Amino acid sequence: MNKQELLEVYRQMVMIRRLEERAAELYQQGKIGGFLHLYIGQEAVSTGLVAARQPQDRMITAYRDHGVAINVGISAKEVIAELLGKATGVSKGKGGSMHMADTEKNFFGGHAIVGAHLPIASGMALGDKYKKKDTVTICMFGDGATNIGYFHEGVNLSKVWDLPVLWVCENNQYGMGTTVERASAVSEIRQKAEGYGIPNERVDGMDVLAVHEATEKALKHIRAGKGPYFLEIMTYRYRGHSMGDPERYRDADEIKQWQESDPIGVFHAYLIENKKATKKALDEIEAQVEAEVEEAVEFAENSPDPAPEELFRDIYVEEN
Amino acid sequence: MAAITVRQAISDAMREEMERDEDVFILGEEVGVWGGTFAVTRGFYDQFGPERVMDTPIAESAIIGAAIGAAMTGLRPIAELMTINFAFSAMDHIVNEAPKLHYMFGGQFKVPMVIRAPGGGGRQLGATHSQTPDAIFAHFPGLKVVAPGTPADHKGLLKAAIRSDDPVLFIEHATLYQWRGEVPDGDYVVPIGKSKVQRPGTDVTLVSYSRGLQLSMQAADELAKQGISAEVVDLRTLRPLDMDPIIESFKKTNRAVVVEEGWKSYGVGSEVVSRIYEEAFDYADAPVKRVAQKEVPLPYNQKLEQLAMPQVADVIQAVKEVL
Ligand SMILES: Cc1ncc(C[n+]2csc(CCOP(=O)(O)OP(=O)(O)O)c2C)c(N)n1
Ligand SMILES: [Mg+2]
Repeated sequence: MNKQELLEVYRQMVMIRRLEERAAELYQQGKIGGFLHLYIGQEAVSTGLVAARQPQDRMITAYRDHGVAINVGISAKEVIAELLGKATGVSKGKGGSMHMADTEKNFFGGHAIVGAHLPIASGMALGDKYKKKDTVTICMFGDGATNIGYFHEGVNLSKVWDLPVLWVCENNQYGMGTTVERASAVSEIRQKAEGYGIPNERVDGMDVLAVHEATEKALKHIRAGKGPYFLEIMTYRYRGHSMGDPERYRDADEIKQWQESDPIGVFHAYLIENKKATKKALDEIEAQVEAEVEEAVEFAENSPDPAPEELFRDIYVEEN
Repeated sequence: MAAITVRQAISDAMREEMERDEDVFILGEEVGVWGGTFAVTRGFYDQFGPERVMDTPIAESAIIGAAIGAAMTGLRPIAELMTINFAFSAMDHIVNEAPKLHYMFGGQFKVPMVIRAPGGGGRQLGATHSQTPDAIFAHFPGLKVVAPGTPADHKGLLKAAIRSDDPVLFIEHATLYQWRGEVPDGDYVVPIGKSKVQRPGTDVTLVSYSRGLQLSMQAADELAKQGISAEVVDLRTLRPLDMDPIIESFKKTNRAVVVEEGWKSYGVGSEVVSRIYEEAFDYADAPVKRVAQKEVPLPYNQKLEQLAMPQVADVIQAVKEVL
């Protein structure tokens, strides 16, 4: 990545974090309802992935989706407006935190049923292979999702049909309050891909450059027509599973330990040490992000709710 | 008699049954260390240990399938689905295995298990996480489907479900956990398959269950202030459905409204209305009305979501239309 690209990566990670810190406040103020799953701590994963994709490559993920939304270029305004359920939100206020998507940016959601989007990702890759398109589907999911049947059906199919899918397991050590060791027969999740004969790799998910590099390599393999690839990306969520998690399953020390290798902090240090950016330049990015988030909150708060007629719109494509 | 919440009633029922019978155990996602995502099993992991309060992987078909298998060996599992929306991931086991095994093998197998599943909308969780799909489960012979409203019925029916030798789907409603009411002391058991008049009245029959019961009771309070006396009948069990108290009430009031939270088409109300017409057509003084959810997936936005869901005002309006 050149300097400009590196700074863009930094900006995106800072944007995800700042936007979500603000979202947590808005939740506490009762302005956001439902579930709010924060990505804080995991920013390097989606940022590294999206930085390495071609624009035509399709992203699909689970409900912890604000990171990808920002990375693919959905504006902070549209993201926060969606969180507030406003008509100006990226899903018109009908999806909420868990259901953001933007087909123009090749982001296919935001899926809240654990594992259910994996066979769907295989199908998207099938569509592209069928049409002989140079397009890869990048499908993200949690460690916990690798224990449900959908994972195994979708991943197996991708190998049987040699589909252009990059499977990305974000191993943040927990599915809600259950550690990988308590829920998965193998604690190294990439071994599941091994079982299906899919090339795989474990990657440090607190290092955005490592994620970027591994993704480039994987995409090259897939683009060469060699079928699916699997990355297990080691990461950690600092916040609760969603808002209101009593967090009885872990102690504060564990969180602190991971925060020492904070993805934004690590990358900040890299940029300075390697003279890719000055502290001043990074400060400026942070200030810009801050202002953009504030502007987005104001925009969202002043946006209208969806009109009542919207309730009955989009149930079918062909409406009578 | 003490006034306790629905949450406490469910928790008490399970604790008492686990203390009484060591073949009763719980399995599900986050039921142990976390204490249940709705805090229903808080303290259970410490009291009964990891062998009887089993945290599972996120694998609904394995949860229900393993419960069926354990039940076939004589245990009495209580399988918790985090929400009823995840029942679809276990559909084969819920509707195509558990309810068929006793019948299909000529009565050889018993499947004494309970599936607990909270459902319902109104919490801004979006289309996939807000459903009230009770009716589709009630479609399958061989499965008992229980969906109580009051704290007392939650306790008594859950105890009956745990003691039942048949598979029982026990549907809870996530917005009812805080509902407080009197629950009789001691070993309180309510038989499965019995509807009940929860509030006597003379002018109109409100038929309902679960969260719909709460709406109906509130509507009845409002109507009373306007001089209209509504009798509220609570189905409590959707299968087997006990129509007797409803028919009896309808013969007296000659007017009825059925209130449910799920979609109207092919819903619980559809069944109840048909049965009223089949069994008491001559007693009708007005067409029976249904109050239910609008035919849309539930949206996230709070105002839209509430617009889609049945409200107390809708019940009152429907009553006025049948009077
Ligand atoms: C089929 C299904 N079962 C259960 C849930 C409830 N649930 C939502 S997220 C989650 C944990 C998922 O953990 P993981 O896949 O590791 O992702 P993470 O939350 O850590 O990002 C659970 C159990 C669900 N949404 N879908
Ligand atoms: Mg996880």
